[in-house]
Amino acid sequence: MFGKLSLAAIPESPITLTAVAGALLLGLVILGLITYYKKWTYLYQEWLTSLDHKKIGIMYIILALVMLLRGFSDAILMRGQQAIAVGGSLGYLTPDHFNQIFSAHGSIMIVFMAMPFLVGLMNITVPQQIGARDVAFPFLNSLSLWLTAAGALLVMVSLGLGEFSKAGWSGYAPLTETRYSPGVGPDYWIWAFQIAGIGSTLSGINFLVTIFKRRAPGMTLMRMPLFVWTTVCTMVLVVWAFPVLTATLAMLTLDRYLGMHLFTNTLGGNLMMYVNLFWTWGHPEVYIVILPAFGIFSEVAATFSGKRLFGYRSMVYATAAITVLSFSVWLHHFFTMGAGPNVNLFFGIATMMIAIPTGVKTFNWLFTMYRGRIRFASPMYWTLGFIVTFAIGGAAGVMLSIPPADYVLHNSLFLIAHFHSVLIAGSLFGFLAGYYYWFPKAVGFSLREDWGKRAFWCWLIGFYLAFIPLYVLGFMGMPRRLAHYDNPAWHPYLLVASLGTAVIGLGIVFMGIQLLFSIKERRSLSDPTGDPWDGRTLEWLTSSPPAVYNFPTIPIVEEIDAFMDMKEKGVAYRLPEQYNDIVLPKNAPHGMILGGLTFLFGFAMVWYIWWLAILASLGLLVTVIARSIDDDIHYLIPAAEVERIETERYRQLASVAPRGPAEEQTIPEPVPEM
Amino acid sequence: MSTDASTLGLAHNEAVEHPDTVAMQTFGFWLYLMSDLIIFATLFATFAVLGRNYAGGPTGKDLFHLPYTLGETLFLLFSSVTYGLVMLAVHDGRRKRVLVGLAVAFLLGVGFVSLEINEFHSMIAAGHGPDQSAFLSSFFTLVGTHGTHVTFGLIWMAVMMGQVAVKGLTSPVQSRLLRLGMFWHFLDIVWIGIFSIVYLMGVM
Amino acid sequence: MKRKRYFPFVGFLALGAVTFLAGCSTIVLFDPKGPIGESERFVIIIAAVLMAIVVVPVFIMAFWFPRKYRASNTEATYMPKWSYSAKIDSFMWGVPIAIVTVLAILAWTRTHSLDPFKPIPSAAKPLTIEAVCLDWKWLFIYPDQNIAAVNQITFPVKVPLSFKITSDTVMGSFFIPQLGSQIYAMAGMQTRLHLLADKPGTYAGQNQQLTGRGYANMRFQAKAVSPEEFQAWVQKIRQSPEKLDLDRYEQLAKPSAGYYPVTYFSAVKSGLYEYILRKYDPNWREDPSPMSRGSLSTSRGTDVSKED
Repeated sequence: MFGKLSLAAIPESPITLTAVAGALLLGLVILGLITYYKKWTYLYQEWLTSLDHKKIGIMYIILALVMLLRGFSDAILMRGQQAIAVGGSLGYLTPDHFNQIFSAHGSIMIVFMAMPFLVGLMNITVPQQIGARDVAFPFLNSLSLWLTAAGALLVMVSLGLGEFSKAGWSGYAPLTETRYSPGVGPDYWIWAFQIAGIGSTLSGINFLVTIFKRRAPGMTLMRMPLFVWTTVCTMVLVVWAFPVLTATLAMLTLDRYLGMHLFTNTLGGNLMMYVNLFWTWGHPEVYIVILPAFGIFSEVAATFSGKRLFGYRSMVYATAAITVLSFSVWLHHFFTMGAGPNVNLFFGIATMMIAIPTGVKTFNWLFTMYRGRIRFASPMYWTLGFIVTFAIGGAAGVMLSIPPADYVLHNSLFLIAHFHSVLIAGSLFGFLAGYYYWFPKAVGFSLREDWGKRAFWCWLIGFYLAFIPLYVLGFMGMPRRLAHYDNPAWHPYLLVASLGTAVIGLGIVFMGIQLLFSIKERRSLSDPTGDPWDGRTLEWLTSSPPAVYNFPTIPIVEEIDAFMDMKEKGVAYRLPEQYNDIVLPKNAPHGMILGGLTFLFGFAMVWYIWWLAILASLGLLVTVIARSIDDDIHYLIPAAEVERIETERYRQLASVAPRGPAEEQTIPEPVPEM
Repeated sequence: MSTDASTLGLAHNEAVEHPDTVAMQTFGFWLYLMSDLIIFATLFATFAVLGRNYAGGPTGKDLFHLPYTLGETLFLLFSSVTYGLVMLAVHDGRRKRVLVGLAVAFLLGVGFVSLEINEFHSMIAAGHGPDQSAFLSSFFTLVGTHGTHVTFGLIWMAVMMGQVAVKGLTSPVQSRLLRLGMFWHFLDIVWIGIFSIVYLMGVM
Repeated sequence: MKRKRYFPFVGFLALGAVTFLAGCSTIVLFDPKGPIGESERFVIIIAAVLMAIVVVPVFIMAFWFPRKYRASNTEATYMPKWSYSAKIDSFMWGVPIAIVTVLAILAWTRTHSLDPFKPIPSAAKPLTIEAVCLDWKWLFIYPDQNIAAVNQITFPVKVPLSFKITSDTVMGSFFIPQLGSQIYAMAGMQTRLHLLADKPGTYAGQNQQLTGRGYANMRFQAKAVSPEEFQAWVQKIRQSPEKLDLDRYEQLAKPSAGYYPVTYFSAVKSGLYEYILRKYDPNWREDPSPMSRGSLSTSRGTDVSKED
């Protein structure tokens, strides 16, 4: 009746049980508060069934931040264990538990923190930056969100029912084959990734069509903001790479469920096929998570230097070069498999070549600041922290790209330090910069700068404390993923690393405080003009938060930095001469329903509850057909209503006197600081 | 444009769509097909690498019957051709013809899937199932994935027959038929790859 | 506030200083004991120096530009429309291209010379050791001496070591950091590794690829000794009452808990290593050339273990 599921699935570890209890309690509190404040209808109508890209974007970011907390808890547990488990001590985590924790940590941070964060930021910003009303396929957008959430829910449920994979976030065969991992762990991992992966692929298609087909008149490709360019390149990577993951996970699923021999050790299976295919996706994936951050840094550097982005053309070509090259380097993840010097060299040199456009971008950001007028708001802090730290991480990467260096550094803590340098200081700092930069646009008020800066310093200092020792430990020969070790020389460095983790934790606490206080003080922090930073791109033309339709009339673009161009020409803030009816997608519950059914399907497959899997599949089919038959999926905002909204906005604008064009002589108005 | 609630439903179908909605949907669907192509490419690559690992068991030469494969091919091919005729009828606005054409294409597709299920069944019954060797695993995976896609296409085709019957050849219905056609022809092209690389090369 | 931004930089330097003061001997990658490790250390250092050509200017600019061009410094030149310079562009592309070209040449020569499959040229006769990755320990067979040991190898200094590596479980990675390269251990496949120890000592060996629950227990000792001490060690093993026949091997191959203590076997079933390989690839054959990398699509597997 319940397949493999029984009460034995509930874990025994007190740490796990505490985490589960805590999560359930928190969930109940949140549900209780929603009920108490009678917000269910509001939540359902305004958010859960919304097809508005801005709301979907915010929900993605909420998911990402929640999963950041979960992934970070895993990090605390790991650092704690390694701080203690030296010599005779085996620490407080069994190896099985430790192995699950680092597997969950990596899986969550890449697929359930970084991906939702970047897609969320793209959702909020890209349609506005190209002067569009929404993405090309708003329903697909909602579906992508709920599929991602379904995958995240599977990972969270694995905490309390059964176990997560113990084979690392990369899930190498044959360790993930039934013979060596007979439990439900790898199945949770497979289905969570598979479901979220489909969501990502759909987002990729959505944004590519949006950007190629929905740009405002006059916005040629070479007038698009850099963040839009990086979105294009990221989504090209998504559409090309994620299907490889889909097929690979499907094949591992067939091995596990139907006893096939694709990646097994016997009857002709070949683990090398798995490794190659996984990294054919895996390498583009890490560029998927870094390119949007690069785009954000381009926007922030230009805006907060009061200056055009330096070398726009170079930046575009560099981004395109990175995109193309990222498909040619995957073997550098397993130089030590023994492929032979010529094969290793092809991939090693291709990897080195990617460093070139990356370096070009770094210099372009610096020269954007050169001869600018730099304002040090939070997003700029994150940008500067990124430039310095990413240079170290990137240099480490180039070192690893030389096969003989990799022969002694592969799978050591040097590798861990390298990729955390580029993922945290690169991707995460970028997403946080974007979060601070676009927060006022999305919700209508800014975040307090003081707590933001404190949080930044904790993150930066904490990062260095946590990861510089790991570079050293790599040179000291310490491998990754060790539940315990007996070399006492490693111990002090791991203690420093734990301290770093604690400092980062403090940074996260400060971010929480910042959010709470800012919400409380939102009136005094409000952004009445929609342009709190003297922005350069079109999203700053809309109000904060924007009207549901973004623009009353689609703007005409004549230059790069279209909004700054409009401000300089004095045409930025003008009521339209003529209003038209605006057609927008109606809300729809199907995205959420499909997400829920997919979660049930995944859960059923993990526990071999076949009747539930079949039922969920049928439900999916019926829901998809029902949605596809529906032709009445739009609603209309009459021109008169648009006029009313815009007139009210301009009345507000007039009382605040929006920024004039950025002239050479004026020092831009300082950002409100507490 | 009318804001009268009673005419909203009608006005939407035409006015609502951006002038290039169909082009946008088609472009998006192409992108989806390309991602699907990459899934197949991955499975082809796996077959290329693992397809000679017989584990002491039967090879393609032992198992494949080319006349049978030809039969499958003809069913799928003619289903595709029929669908081409369906699209011509759509263009001419000939609803009955569209329905008949879809029904024929559907039946031919069912014929293909039935033949394939029969082939799989007899192989498994003879002890040559997908769990016996990497060659068999990669064969069943690649060909089975294609067959699964065809099955979903058939479900879609049935739904479209319902839509054409009930709504007629409205603009959204036409757009959907166009995309189903792309999907159907795409699967035909993948099948050409399969019968060449798996069956023909397997038997030689 | 500007002062604070130097903190990470200073912290980094401090940590670096502590590291080097603490004793280079624990930083094994910089204290290699053999030619492979030495060559690899050279590659790392050259790469670091070349990267510094880019990284140091980035650091300098990242501190100097924000300082000089902060908004409150109204005396600094402000050119809001200046966004292109052919000279800077060619430098930005040219310098990294030049550095990567040099690195590529370095990589070319060293990747060939440091190919793990390539024997180390030496007058001395190589010592062959067959290494098998098990759950969760290493089995070492000395085919020429007909002895075996778990979690320990001993070998004479200055003698080239010819490792033949496989696995009877999932994929592991054989690694002695202070001597040089690691290489994966995979079932049904043989990888080769050639190392040499110049100086006597006991070096830590480990598994560098996650193999499951007992992965952290897969530490072994690699002892480089004088030729006489090596012979004495071989003799000591020959006194062991334990023999590695098929039954004993199957017992050994079962998953074990905790660190598996060093065990000696005075005799080894003939062809045991090949037997282990053929469990997964019945057609496996040793290719006489040590550079051979085998074939991807051999007809692998019989019905040996359906449980897979």
